Parts: sequence; structure tokens; C-alpha cells
Amino acid sequence: MAAIEIKNLWKEYGQDVVLERLNASVEEGEFVTVVGASGCGKTTFLKMMLGTESPTRGELLLDGKPIPDEPDETRGIVFQRYSVLPHLTAVENVMLAGELESSPWLGRVFGAKRRALREQAEEMLASVGLDQALRKYPHELSGGMQQRLALAQALIKKPRILLLDEPFGALDPGIRRDMHELVLDLWREQDLTVFMITHDLAEGFFLGTRMWVFDKERLDPQTPGSYGARITYDLPVGNSDKGTLQSISQSVDSTARVLSA
Amino acid sequence: MKKLINREAGPVGRWALGLLPFVVLVVLYLVASDARLAVNPNDKLLPDMASFVDAIQRMAFEPSKRTGEYLLWQDTLASLGRLALGVVISAGIGLVVGIATGALPLFRAGISPLVTGLSLVPPLAVLPILFIVFGLGELAKVMLIIIGITPFLIRDLQQRAEEVPTEQIIKMQTLGANTWQIIARLIWPQVMPRLISAVRLSLGSAWLFLIAAEAIAATEGLGYRIFLVRRYLAMDVILPYVAWITFLAFAIDFALKRYSQWRYPWFHGTQ
Repeated sequence: MAAIEIKNLWKEYGQDVVLERLNASVEEGEFVTVVGASGCGKTTFLKMMLGTESPTRGELLLDGKPIPDEPDETRGIVFQRYSVLPHLTAVENVMLAGELESSPWLGRVFGAKRRALREQAEEMLASVGLDQALRKYPHELSGGMQQRLALAQALIKKPRILLLDEPFGALDPGIRRDMHELVLDLWREQDLTVFMITHDLAEGFFLGTRMWVFDKERLDPQTPGSYGARITYDLPVGNSDKGTLQSISQSVDSTARVLSA
Repeated sequence: MKKLINREAGPVGRWALGLLPFVVLVVLYLVASDARLAVNPNDKLLPDMASFVDAIQRMAFEPSKRTGEYLLWQDTLASLGRLALGVVISAGIGLVVGIATGALPLFRAGISPLVTGLSLVPPLAVLPILFIVFGLGELAKVMLIIIGITPFLIRDLQQRAEEVPTEQIIKMQTLGANTWQIIARLIWPQVMPRLISAVRLSLGSAWLFLIAAEAIAATEGLGYRIFLVRRYLAMDVILPYVAWITFLAFAIDFALKRYSQWRYPWFHGTQ
């Protein structure tokens, strides 16, 4: 059975249709990148995956059941910013999930259990290349290191689905490349199912296994809200040629111009 | 030469410029005091340095002839005790209610309008009620401080708790946290350094309410003493007392700031 099934999903805010007639299913272990112009419902889709927004019509199923309507540990997330907790050091940020699990009231553990959690956290941090920064606070880390920390923090909980919301949008190009490699490595090693939102088309084209383009098929320039975005392309990554990239890019750009006008 | 807007003082220059107004004020005072005393040696309005030294000696280092106590220290202890009690209780209430209303929308809907209403009541107008209800003892004075600064603290902390990024609240949930854990591990620790800043801001009003309450009904305390010796125009006592209160206020503020920097490096690092 597919991990995620989307059946005729609509999302509307009053008169404005954001997403319409979405249909797709995603197997376990797939790495889906979602691209599209801003305003095309990428973030809305992510919020529905998280559970902070619910579909207006249709179904969004995780393992055959509707996705819970609030965030929980089945879906991990890395945001563009503010993902890690500023008042905890790197290793404490990663230990947090374990502490919350084993101590429902205090949210803290002590003694042997704490040492075990710390060891796990240190291993996890080493696997994202942060073994030199265990005791640093997030504000002492660079943007790229903060995102590495956010990945470690999310992955130690072993979520069913990992959601990435433009995680590298604020990073320099060189660092971004390193992060791509890191994400691909982690995805291969840990058999993750990943959804990554990005507005960088090129990023969508070589990361992961599958790329979705959210775009408005029908677009009324006077009232852009009257039709929603759909998945206009659902491409396996790796065997698409340059022409496809160009035509997608043109279509997304023209939608973006109408939406931001 | 550079434009004025681009010129900055060096480290020595900054100290010198900072001290200058103080020196000017002291010199002005001495000149004025000298002029008045030359006309009337018994003038009480602007006493000279010798009478200050004399008054400080009398208040701080000699036992009182009437009670045998060292008045300045006794007053200081009494006032600081009331201030500390009032501020600590207010901070406690502010923390608990502020976090509850800031983090939980249902609490906010229920309690916020009441707090907003209460914060508009002028505390000094309530003072007679406090004296009637709690008598003239310590409780009324501490209550005035509490009534005066708690609404501000609650509202400030509510706002700070609401400012915790939604991303982090979602993040905590994806790590498996329940509501209580989100408060205990995310909101409470993030609000603590902000509580200290809010307390620092509210200390000015706390002193105001303390001195007002002591002026009206007390038998000891810094505010009580100032208002007592006012009857004799004893500027030689009042001015050192005011300077001493100012110094205490400064020292408390400084200590809180340093504590916050030491205890919450992540907070001051990101500012």
C-alpha cells in the first residue's frame, strides 16, 4: 500500500481556490520534490501534510488513514528558519525527542538514560557532520550548520514522512550543494519518505526520485484565485531532458508573473 | 573634518563625555549653595557638602538617639524587603498567567480582557482600598506594588510567549511533545530571560509605588524617612537618601542584567 495517497484533494479559502483535483500516491522510500511559483499552494500542501491545515474536499491519507489534523511524531519537519530551539545546545536539541518520549511530565531525563540519549544524539550529530559543535548554541552556528542540526533533530525521531520546507533557500550556493549531498545520503541510509518544497527548479530536477510541479492549468489574469493549482508535471527524476526543464520553467514563470502582479 | 553625524567618541572620550554632565551638575549645585549660604548661613534649601557628610554620618554610622538603631540601614532593609517581596510575587504571577494566556488560546480568550481592564485601573487610586482591606501593615504596601506592576508583567509575558515562532511549536509536536511539554521545554525557558527584562522595566514603577505607600503609612523605610524629615526641610538628609535610592535601583538593574547575560547566553547572543 502507498504511504501517502491523495484523492481528489481541494483546498479553498473562501472564494479563492488554492489547490484543485489533486490525485497522486507516493510509495514508501520515495523522495518527492515539489516546485512551483509562490502562491501556487506548495506551502498549503505542506501544511495539510503537517496537519495545521485541513483539506476542503477530498482525502489525504497516510498509510490508508486520514492524516491527523494536528502535527505529531509521524511527520518530521525542517523549516527554512526557526527549526531548532535557540535555548538548547546542539546536542540538547537532538536529545530532546528522546527526553520528551520517556518523561511525559518533566520532559527531562537524568542519569544513565540521559547518558544513553546523549550518546545517540552525538552519533546522529556526527552523521550530519556536526561532531565539532556539540555544545554550541544555534546562534553560534552558521546557517548551513543550523540546517544540519535541524535534520539531525528531525531524523532521530525516525518520522514516517520527512517534510522539508525550502530548507536550503537561505543558504549560499556552495553550502547548498553540500546539503543536497547530505540529504541524499541520509535518505538512502535511512529509507526515508521525503517531501521537499523548493522554488529552485534545478534543485527539484536532480534531488530525489520524483518531481511534482504545482501550477495553474487554467489561469484567469483578472481573478487568479478562481482556479486552483494542480500537479501539472509528475516526473521521475533523472531521465528528463533539458527541453522539459525549459518548458516547465517558462510555464511556472508566467504563472508567477500573473500571481505577483 | 568629518561631518558631525559621522564623528564618534573614542573610549576615553566616551567616558569623559559621559561624566561631563554629572560634573557640571555638581559644580552648579556647589556654586548655587555657596551663594545662598553667603546670604543666609542658616539656609536649609541647598546645604553644603559638610552638612551632607554630617547627615550621612548621623543616619548611617551612629545609632539613633531615640531608638538606638542605625536608621539608614534599617530603612534600607525594610524598603528592600517590601520591594523584593512585591516584585518576586508579581513576577511569579506574571510568569504563570502570562505563559498560560500566551500559549493557550482558550486561556487567552478567557483571561486577557480581564487583565487589560485591570491594567487600566490607576494603582494609587486603589491605595485607600488596600489600607482599608489589609490594614496599615506590611501587606498593604506589598499589595500596592503587586497591583501596580503585575498587569504589566502579565501582558508583557503574554506577548513574549505569543512571539515564540509557530515553527518551533510545530517542531515540538513533530518531536512528540504534548501541550504541557511544549510549555515546560519550549515556552517557559524562552520566556525566562524576557521575564528578567520585563522586571527590570517594571522596577521603576515598583519603587514609585513602594515610596508612595511608605510615605502614607509606615514606621520605617526609605520613603517614610524622606517624607518624615521633609517637615523640617532637612535637605541634608533627603538628598543623600534620594542618591542612595537611585544607587540601589541602579545596582539591582545592573545585577539583573548581568545575571541574565550569564544565565541565558543564547538569548543575548541572538539579540
